[in-house]
This record gives sequence, structure tokens and C-alpha cells, in this order.
Amino acid sequence: MPIDFTLSERDRGILQNVREEGLICRNYARYYDEHEEEFAPDVLPEAATFEPSFDVSAHPYDKRVDSGLPVISALASIGSTWGDYSVRMRRGGGGLGNAALSAAGTDEQKKKWGGLTLAMAITEPGCGSDPSKVQCTAVLDEASDEWVIDGEKIFVTTGCRADGVILWATVDKSAGRAGIKSFLVEKGTPGFVVAHKEKKLGIRADDTAAYVFTECRIPRENLLGLNEEVQTKGSGGFRGVMKTFNMTRPMVAAIGLGIAEAALDFTREELEKAGVVLEYGGSESSLSAPAARFIRLETLFEASKLATLRACWLAGEGQPNNTESSVSKAHAGTAVREICQGCIEMLGPMGISREHLLEKWLRDCRITDIYEGTGQIQRLIIARDLLGYTRADLK
Amino acid sequence: MISFELTEEQELVRDAMRNFAAEAMRPLARECDETESLPDAFLHQVWELGLTSTQIPEVYGGGGEERSPVTNAIVLEELAHGDAALAIAAVAPSLFANALVDHGTEEQKQAHLPAFCGDAYHTGSLALIEPGALFDPRRLRTVAEPKGQGFVLSGAKSFVPLGDRASHFLVIARNNGDTDAFIVPRDARGLRISETEKNLGLRALPTHGLELERVEVGPESRLGGNDGCNVRRLLDNSRAALAVVMVGLSRAVLEYCVPYAKDREAFDEPIAKKQAIAFLLAEMHIEVESSRWLAWQAASHLEKGHAVTRSAHMAYRYASEKSMWVADNGVQVLGGHGFIREHPVELWFRHARTLGVLEGTVAL
Ligand SMILES: Cc1cc2nc3c(=O)[nH]c(=O)nc-3n(C[C@H](O)[C@H](O)[C@H](O)COP(=O)(O)OP(=O)(O)OC[C@H]3O[C@@H](n4cnc5c(N)ncnc54)[C@H](O)[C@@H]3O)c2cc1C
Repeated sequence: MPIDFTLSERDRGILQNVREEGLICRNYARYYDEHEEEFAPDVLPEAATFEPSFDVSAHPYDKRVDSGLPVISALASIGSTWGDYSVRMRRGGGGLGNAALSAAGTDEQKKKWGGLTLAMAITEPGCGSDPSKVQCTAVLDEASDEWVIDGEKIFVTTGCRADGVILWATVDKSAGRAGIKSFLVEKGTPGFVVAHKEKKLGIRADDTAAYVFTECRIPRENLLGLNEEVQTKGSGGFRGVMKTFNMTRPMVAAIGLGIAEAALDFTREELEKAGVVLEYGGSESSLSAPAARFIRLETLFEASKLATLRACWLAGEGQPNNTESSVSKAHAGTAVREICQGCIEMLGPMGISREHLLEKWLRDCRITDIYEGTGQIQRLIIARDLLGYTRADLK
Repeated sequence: MISFELTEEQELVRDAMRNFAAEAMRPLARECDETESLPDAFLHQVWELGLTSTQIPEVYGGGGEERSPVTNAIVLEELAHGDAALAIAAVAPSLFANALVDHGTEEQKQAHLPAFCGDAYHTGSLALIEPGALFDPRRLRTVAEPKGQGFVLSGAKSFVPLGDRASHFLVIARNNGDTDAFIVPRDARGLRISETEKNLGLRALPTHGLELERVEVGPESRLGGNDGCNVRRLLDNSRAALAVVMVGLSRAVLEYCVPYAKDREAFDEPIAKKQAIAFLLAEMHIEVESSRWLAWQAASHLEKGHAVTRSAHMAYRYASEKSMWVADNGVQVLGGHGFIREHPVELWFRHARTLGVLEGTVAL
């Protein structure tokens, strides 16, 4: 379909629903920010009648007029974190591990585990940005047809609440990246301990856990994709796993953008109450300083949103979007920080007051530029692509 | 829906324009800038592409093709990638012609459009900007006072592109609280056209000042006749177009820097292998892309007849900030060589700074 930036009626309907639900979530935002030891309930009573709005695939869709699934999903994501990040994250859609399962699992595995909420554990105390240095090991015990997992994982999103985890472990350290495989471990498996829950700057209602695996035995068929072979050449398998991120990166961007949009909407309202006039079409110099600043931040938001939709649109078209995913994440990672910080600066002391949510949005949005590959890592990916460089050329 | 898909036709046009820009524009850019000249041969060559005339309705002698601001944006980015000054000269006639097609009365169209459908380059020009600090298109100082059936125009304009060649000026002026556009012939009494202005960038594109000393014009000169016209939309369109020009320029900078950085060595390896440089390039790419989507969004709003003031404002402001950033860092990537006029980055640096403040030169 030709270039278009106008949402269809169905698109707008979905997003309207998401926003209404988001506003209900927002009522709980402060409480769960301040009670990070509690889990927010699975069903919010006031929102019980809402359709599961970010299961947008359930909505009938006419490809001649409506936005594709990845695009509308990103927009819905923006809408729900506009309500509130943490409460929203808890509701539906599964965890990051579910994305990995659907990207790399066999049909049978998807059927078997698709109903579980799955966390994703790559990061370890000694390795974050460079996941090829994973130290967690998986050793095949041919006698019992089991994998034996040993090691530690940290910063596992929804790690406490999840029913299980997809984890990265190496089956052959000497093989480097090619030796890294994904395994599914269900909660309750002996040797798998949730050791710790992190206390964080923001997104406090979203639990972040540390795992310890000690001689943890899992069935042989818990290897995601069932490919036990360690390729000696190239990093084909690894690349396959990394592909998971081509859709999750723009989604992370979208999540951050929802928070930034909430900050912008709140700030706009307060500025207008204070008599600031936002006028478009004029010159920069004719605007009051707060108006000029605000419009600049709004513009940054819009640019970031479009970069994200672009990455999603490519995914929907089945086109490669590796670079564009990184563009969206890198752009949003810095944009949301600048937006939330700028909004606080514009509103002054009321911006930092815990009577309002702006200070929380600043803390919540900060994660955008960190997880799923920091801003620096995204820039590495983009630069390598531009320059035709390998990871050895530019690290 | 949200879609970023070029039609097959748009892809063809884009490729053709990309070739044209590489062959007929980029090689001329340096010399045109140094000599501050706009070669007639180039204008003739670009005129033959029919960028303006094909989109004018057949009844006025044009090609009658439906005008698509989105396609025009794709075309203009490619031309600006060749050279921004030449690109503006190439499509400047469209601003005037489109304004008449969109907002003119039947008589105005008949009077002015056929001239844009001939064999020779023909242009009019928008006179919007006014001299002095803090110019704001929403607070113009040039005024139109009613006199008899017509008007008397008084004020001063500057940075009027192609003032030496334009047959008419579309003078934007305040008219009793509203803003209107007036078609003023270059030989109108009381109108004085200045010498070519000397600017930082876009030197190949001559700009001029206009002095309007009680210029009397008839009622037929008010664009849109008695109803006047939506000047806001005209300016929004030109802002979106200028955003596109800046996208093309930024892309030119990036595409020049990438091979340079791979080739140039310092401390035993290509400078591109240093993150400080590689990340700058990544950042440039991020901004070129994001600026383009904002510009496309505004173009699409124009095409669909939606409100466009806000999206055009955003596209224009973002592109002007980011193209300057990109061009500035383009110079940095080349180091001392970036400062030397042997390389085009200093030219693009000057172009970017100039474009970012120059409204009302092009249209989609
Ligand atoms: C709240 C939260 C939730 C998380 N959820 C998950 C999860 O669910 N699953 C999971 O596996 N992980 C998760 N993470 C981990 C997250 O992905 C990592 O923290 C992140 O990738 C960075 O790794 P690191 O913390 O080890 O930082 P490091 O790798 O130590 O990086 C430190 C700094 O160095 C920079 N740097 C590193 N390498 C380079 C390079 N080559 N060039 C330039 N700069 C470089 C980084 O950008 C960063 O600024 C989560 C983290 C947090 C805080």
C-alpha cells in the first residue's frame, strides 16, 4: 500500500480502547511504584470488561486500509505505557521469553509452552552487552537424556512472576558464539533458584530477578529449536537467536515512547493552564521560550515514533529490519530521556513532586536506553551496517 | 494505515532523479557556488524534465498529471542530494504554479499558468521573508490597503529567490488582519528589485530584496480573488518541501562521509573503526531517516487534504536542526580537510545553515 500516515477507523478504535484502559492502569501507577514488594493484580477490577486490547491480532483486519500487525502493536504499546509502564507490563502478552519461543521454538514447543509466561535470561554478572561471553553452561547427560545447567543469571525481567525462563547457556565454551543455545527451564525444577529481586530506579512494579542454577536438570527436548549441533563456521545459530530482537527492539522503543508521551501530555496541559500558547507555523523566535522548548520536544517524540513505526512496518512486510530496529531503539533511547528531563525542567518544582507522575516517568523511561542492547550497542549495529563492517572490524 | 511503501512508479521516478542529480547537478555544484551563477543550460535541462508543467491541468497547457506531494517529496530529496541550490532553482517554478492551481481564480489560472507550460524555463517567486531580526511569517509588516477595487502594497521583502528571473512575485502581506497573497508583476510601479543578495550558502541561487513603495495592484492580483486564499496552507506546503531539501542534503553528507572514513587512516587503522567516528556516522543515519519520515508525514497530510500546519512545522524544525547537526559533523569527520573547499562538506555546511532559516522557496 502506498505511503500513508493516516490511521484507519479500526486502527483508531483499537488505540482509543488502549488509552481508556491505560488511564485506568494509571490510577495504580503510584501505588505499585511505592510498593515494589507487592505484585499488581492480574485483573484490574475497573478494567475487567475491556477486551484484551494489546492482543491486536484478535481484531479483524483489512489489509487495504488498516495498519499491519507490528505497526498497530507498537502504537498499542505506546498507548498502554502512556497509561502506565509497570501495571501495563504485568497484563497479558507474556514475557520476552515468549517472543524468543515463537521466533526459535519448534511447533511442538510452541504448543507446549505457549501458554506460560516466559522470562528471558541472557545477562550474567560478568556479561551484559557482549552476550557471546555467556558463562552459564549446559552439559548433555546422554545417560538420562538431560541437560545439566549451571550458572547465574541477573536482571531477568518478570523473573519472579514468570512460569519459566528461556535462558542462554553455552554447550561448548571453545566454540564461542556458536556454542550458545537457548533452553527452557520451568519454575520448580530442582536446582533452579530465584535468588534475589532487584530494587530499581524506575519501572519498580515490573519485577527484575536474579537466578542461580546449580546442577539443574532439564529434559533434552527443552533445547529451543532442538538443534544440538555446534556450527564450527560462522555464527548462524547465534544470529538466529539475535533475530528475536528485530521486533523486540522497536517494541522497547514504543514502550519508552508511551512514557514520554504521557510526560508531554501532562506538561502541555500544565503549560496551557499557566498561559503558555503553543503556536505552530510561526518562527522559533516568535514563540515564548517554554512554547519553543515544548514544541521541540514534541517534535522529537514524533520523529522517534515514526522511526519506530518504520522498523515495525518493515517487519510487517517481511523485509529485513535489523538496522531500522536499532535506529528506532537508539533514537527513542535518547529521545525519551531528553523529553522527560525537559518536561521537568519546564514545569520546575512541580515536575519533581511525587504528587504527580512526571518524576516517575523520568525514572521509568530511563531503562529504554539500557536493556535489549544499550544505545551504544545499537549505534555499533547501525555503524557496522553503514560501513559494511563485521563485529571484528568495529567492536 | 501507516505505510512507508513506495509505489513502483515512485521507485522509478526516484531512480531517474537520483541519476539526474548525480550526472547533471552534483558535478556543477562547486563551480556554481564559487561563481555564484545559475547556468541557463542547467535550467533548460531541468525544465525538460517537466517537473512543473506536467502537473498543471491540460486546459492551461500542462500535462494534467495528478499532483502528488508525496511523489514530489521523493523527487525533491533526490535533487537536493545532487545540490540544494540547484534543486531549489529547479522546483521554484512549481511553488508559484501550484499556488495558482490550488488557490487561484479561473482568470488568474488562465492568465499565468500557460507561461509555465512552454519550452523555456519560466518562474515566479514567493516574496515572504522580510528584512531585519525576528522575522515571523505570522506577524508580517508588509501591508495591503484597499484602494478603489484594488490594493496598495507597502513594505519590504528579502531573500526572494530568483528575483532576477521571476516574471511575477507572490507577495505575502497583511490585509486587514488577515494574510493574503498578491500577484505582482516584476515591472509594477513602485516595486524595486535589489541587487543579488550575498549569502552564506546556496550561492548559486540568486536571492533579492524587494521594496514595495505604494505598489498599486488591481483586484485581480489578490490570489483567490474576493475570497482570498489559505496562505497558511501555502506556507505549510513550502515548509514541508524545505524539510525534504534538508533531508536530501543530510543524506549527501552522510554518503560522502562513509567511504571517506573507511579510507582515511589515523593511528594505523581507518578512522571509521574508531567508535568516536563510527557513532557519529550512525547518528547521522538515524537523523537522516527520522527527518525523512517527518517530511513524508507532512507530505502525506498535504496529499490527503488533512490539517498540516503542525506536521509541517515539525518536519521543518526537525530537519533544520538535524541537517545542520549532520553537516556540522560532516565537516568534523573530515577534520582539516573538511574545512577546505576541495571537499563538498563545507559547501553543505553553508547550505544547511542557510536552508534552516529560508522559508518560502519550494513546494510539494
Ligand atoms: C531493569 C532491567 C531489566 C533487564 N531485563 C533483562 C532481561 O529480561 N533479560 C536479560 O537477559 N537482560 C536483562 N537486562 C540486562 C540488560 O540487557 C543489560 O543490563 C544491558 O544489556 C547492558 O549490560 P550491562 O549492564 O552488563 O552493561 P555493560 O555491558 O557492562 O556496559 C556498560 C557500559 O559500557 C557500554 N559498552 C559496552 N560495550 C560497548 C562497546 N562495544 N562499545 C561501546 N560501549 C560499550 C554500554 O553501552 C554501557 O554504557 C535488564 C536490565 C535491567 C536494568
